[in-house]
Amino acid sequence: MWRQVGRRFARLTQAVRRARRSAGIGLLTPRVKRSGPPKIDVSRVGHRFGNQVVALHDVNIEVHAGEFVCLLGPSGCGKTTLLYALAGHLEPSGGRITIDGLRVKGPGPDRLLVFQEPALFPWLNVRQNLVFPLRARGLSRAEADARAREYVARVHLDGFEETLPHQLSGGMRMRVQLARALALDPAVLLMDEPFAALDAQTRGHMHQLLQQVWTRDRKTVVFVTHDVREALVLGDRVVVMAARPGRVLQDLDVRLERPRDPDDEALVEMSRRIRDELRRAEAAGAAEGQDARIAADGAAPLGPAPNLGAPL
Amino acid sequence: MVPLLIWELLSRIGPWPHWLFPGPLAVAASVVHMAADGRLGTAAGRSLARLVQGYALSALAGVPLGVLLARSTLVRDALRPVVLGLQALPSICWLPLAILWFGLSETSILFVVVMGSVLAIAIATEDAIAGVDPLILRAAGTLGIRGARFHAGVLLPAALPGILTGLKLGWSFAWRALMAGELLFVAGGLGQLLQNGRELLDAAQVMGVMAAIVAIGVAVDRVLFRILELRVRRRWGLVEEPA
Ligand SMILES: Nc1ncnc2c1ncn2[C@@H]1O[C@H](COP(=O)(O)OP(=O)(O)OP(=O)(O)O)[C@@H](O)[C@H]1O
Ligand SMILES: [Mg+2]
Repeated sequence: MWRQVGRRFARLTQAVRRARRSAGIGLLTPRVKRSGPPKIDVSRVGHRFGNQVVALHDVNIEVHAGEFVCLLGPSGCGKTTLLYALAGHLEPSGGRITIDGLRVKGPGPDRLLVFQEPALFPWLNVRQNLVFPLRARGLSRAEADARAREYVARVHLDGFEETLPHQLSGGMRMRVQLARALALDPAVLLMDEPFAALDAQTRGHMHQLLQQVWTRDRKTVVFVTHDVREALVLGDRVVVMAARPGRVLQDLDVRLERPRDPDDEALVEMSRRIRDELRRAEAAGAAEGQDARIAADGAAPLGPAPNLGAPL
Repeated sequence: MVPLLIWELLSRIGPWPHWLFPGPLAVAASVVHMAADGRLGTAAGRSLARLVQGYALSALAGVPLGVLLARSTLVRDALRPVVLGLQALPSICWLPLAILWFGLSETSILFVVVMGSVLAIAIATEDAIAGVDPLILRAAGTLGIRGARFHAGVLLPAALPGILTGLKLGWSFAWRALMAGELLFVAGGLGQLLQNGRELLDAAQVMGVMAAIVAIGVAVDRVLFRILELRVRRRWGLVEEPA
């Protein structure tokens, strides 16, 4: 009789777990602070452009080695600005950014930025676009050639090795840029909406490729996107940002097992919730710069908010 | 064809003396004559040899000078006003100074040719480098391409379409400077042949040499540079592929 009760209880908890999962409960939780020094530390970073636009305001993000962090936010919320600061192309006007404890001063070989636009060298064909930076890193011609062919094939562009960038479509150019970045094998990959121009199917392939590379080599990835589902498919963490001023709204751990299916109902539910949250932040921002927080667990709000909506 | 016909008619029925305003037939005959006795070939060869020497010097000095003007604040602050100022000086104005410094020698002519084209090349190169898409420079930065590899492999190719335009401009400036120099300071070459025609009161020879000068200028400018420019622009993706 006890056994029967036990079995029923087990079945009940399983059903509850399934229901909770499909409602997306417990899968999106506020970030749990990790121990040990972070790989990338963005601390109280603000940036004001010359024309007085406040692109970033008091941004704090810690990224640990091997983490896959997605920066998510509406157009103009400072995602590219933050990524440029991480890559060393821009010095933020306030705060500090360190990588492995060292302050970022200009671009370095440990980081590689995949730009929002396909930043290829127009006079070099696809293969040469990969070989040239590989040679600059000291690879022999044969090694560089082999590596270039391998990565061109991995982004499904075999047969286009000798094609010039202007003869490719926008999405193909972005894939060449991705192949070039992956072939160089940096410890930190900074990616600025690399798949925005791709069709759903090709994007799926690229997600798979990126996850393969990431799980195999445990790279640290900061991935910018405005596509909520893409962020949930790829990220260990989703950092939700809001615009005017650009700031961090939410820092969430994504507790979904991999590989992830973009059509999984839990994931769809979670993305719906983040979208609602972004909409609310926008409305609140329009109303009074009021802060809005996700009840990420469908329960109580997530602890005290840093004073995000404070006047600058 | 029609302009030539009108020209021939004008020279025959016009009120001016025929020997002062020869028609195209007389000019062509004079060109054939000069070509046959070798005067035209020798003079053209002499002028072109000078031009190539002077122009090569200009390009070799002008392009690096342009790069420095664009990339080094020190050089820009020190030299830019000088370069822009001297650029306003017609090249033949360098001749008196050249003769004072180098005497009536080949060097003087070369000096005038170089001064006539090097600044234009430098300014066009500076513009081309300053106009390079910053995204390409950032890409080179994030990919860790630095030093000589950056200059030779990224900066110059990225600016090449603009630099070529500058080199073309420099070529036509050099050609003009050379002709002016040869006219004033006789030392063989097409300019001298032109002077020669005047001394012999042979308007047909003068016009024939003028035609040859035009032909050489057009050939290099419209054929050599045009083809080069088109090939570069096509590879760089700046023009449509031909159908
Ligand atoms: N060079 C610049 N000078 C002045 N303002 C700038 C500059 N670059 C960006 N901004 C401003 O900073 C803000 C953030 O821009 P940023 O490019 O970082 O946005 P984003 O989040 O990357 O947007 P998107 O998703 O559209 O790429 C915007 O309001 C923009 O107008
Ligand atoms: Mg952006």
